Amino acid sequence: MKKENWKELTIGTINLDAGNSVKNLTGTWRSGKKPEFIEGNCIHCFFCWLYCPHFAILVEGDKVKGINYDYCTGCGICSVECPPKEKAIVMVKEEIKLIERSAK
Amino acid sequence: MSTQKILNGNQTIAEAVRQIDPDVMAAYPITPSTAIVETIAKFKADGLISGEFVCPESEHSAMSVCIGAASAGGRVMTATASQGLALMWEMLYIAAGLRLPIIAAIANRSLSAPINIHGDHSDTMGARDSGWIQIYSEGCQEAYDNFLQAFRIAEHLDVRTPVLVGLDGFIISHSMEVITVEDDDEVKKFVGEYKPVYPLLDTSRKMTVGPIDFTDYYFEHKRNQIEGIENSPPVIEAVGKEFGQKFGREYGFFEEYRMDDAEICIVVMSSAAGTCKDAIDEMRSEGKRIGLVKPRVFRPFPHHKIADVLKKQKAVAVLDRSSSPGAFGAPLFTEIRSALYDYTERPKIVNYVYGLGGRDIKVEHFKEVALKLEKIADTGKVEEIYGYINLRE
Ligand code: SF4
Ligand code: SF4
Repeated sequence: MKKENWKELTIGTINLDAGNSVKNLTGTWRSGKKPEFIEGNCIHCFFCWLYCPHFAILVEGDKVKGINYDYCTGCGICSVECPPKEKAIVMVKEEIKLIERSAK
Repeated sequence: MSTQKILNGNQTIAEAVRQIDPDVMAAYPITPSTAIVETIAKFKADGLISGEFVCPESEHSAMSVCIGAASAGGRVMTATASQGLALMWEMLYIAAGLRLPIIAAIANRSLSAPINIHGDHSDTMGARDSGWIQIYSEGCQEAYDNFLQAFRIAEHLDVRTPVLVGLDGFIISHSMEVITVEDDDEVKKFVGEYKPVYPLLDTSRKMTVGPIDFTDYYFEHKRNQIEGIENSPPVIEAVGKEFGQKFGREYGFFEEYRMDDAEICIVVMSSAAGTCKDAIDEMRSEGKRIGLVKPRVFRPFPHHKIADVLKKQKAVAVLDRSSSPGAFGAPLFTEIRSALYDYTERPKIVNYVYGLGGRDIKVEHFKEVALKLEKIADTGKVEEIYGYINLRE
């Protein structure tokens, strides 16, 4: 992506392309662990959706459907907040594939 | 029709605020600027102004309100002094970085410790790198005139940079002066209608104000910000001229007083310049070829213009009402000495710090400075670059 020089920028740090953080794949920050969704354990309480700092919980209607790994940073908050004894989100080891991620 | 009124500096600013009637005024009272805030609050209570008046819990919050209101698209002002300005510090940089044309009246006062409520320039000099334009006033009339011009300068599309107007605490803020208050409609016409750029309240446009920049954009945004103040000199000049044409009092970057055939010169800002003029009149009647240069605009500093005036002098004394501990002289001095560096023809130059914490500076003190300058001019030698005026040694 071409970066603007200082003359091309809008004054006052204003970003007229609001919402462009969608292009910023925060999922590339994940290092070592990722959340895994176990649908059978889920009571669809939406705690994970409420707590996820990156809006990375996938939802369909009134059901949680999984994780959007493009934006999930692997912080683990969803797993901690998930209430059932048999958690519906568990953190699992993830092999980091640097090349694959940076290609996005 | 203009009217003559007896007002002190604070009332003078409040009067200008009443005439301009900005959309939002947010301020927290602090000596010696309290009466500005108090008078605006009274105007609001009496229904003389329609703008919102917000009195938050601190100066930090007052400047934050200003930033929010200006981002929303409003014409915004505040007033403060000393610790209040110091508490605004981080928000001052944000106001400048966001290119918001906020106007602040500062009743210049010393900074603690030791605590002291009287006038010096420590507060605004501390903010000199915050990105704000800084204009200083000699008396109540200038405070009024500068405050009116500040809106035109800040809001100019090439500039869009906040402006602060300094008036010396107590010496100006609390001293009565007969001033010319221009007609309400004429003031409104001069200041004009405010048109915000990219107001947040314009919901037809999606945008973000103040996003985070990493190493790849911060530098470019900062350079973009600097352009605003760098564009301001011709605007400051044009506004000062237009003000003169309209109201009969013209302003430039600095005032030259009896400089025509001067050989030695004193540079001093704000209220002390008034006393200095009296001293110079007396010394002129004794045949001394001495003059005064009174800087009005400190940021942006008029380096070349001021150097052009000073280069032919034999000796120059720059008087600062603040100190810059550990630096190569106080703020005004370092600017001027640096400005003269590129000239092969240049005067001997010395720096005196005066008036900290409201300490008096009188005609006799300027005469003492003149004696030292005469000696430097005669001998061509500077024994001490820095000194202090009216300090118990
Ligand atoms: S690990 Fe963190 S970022 Fe990823 S889905 Fe859970 S809460 Fe969201
Ligand atoms: S917090 Fe756990 S149980 Fe609740 S919706 Fe999310 S995954 Fe399902």
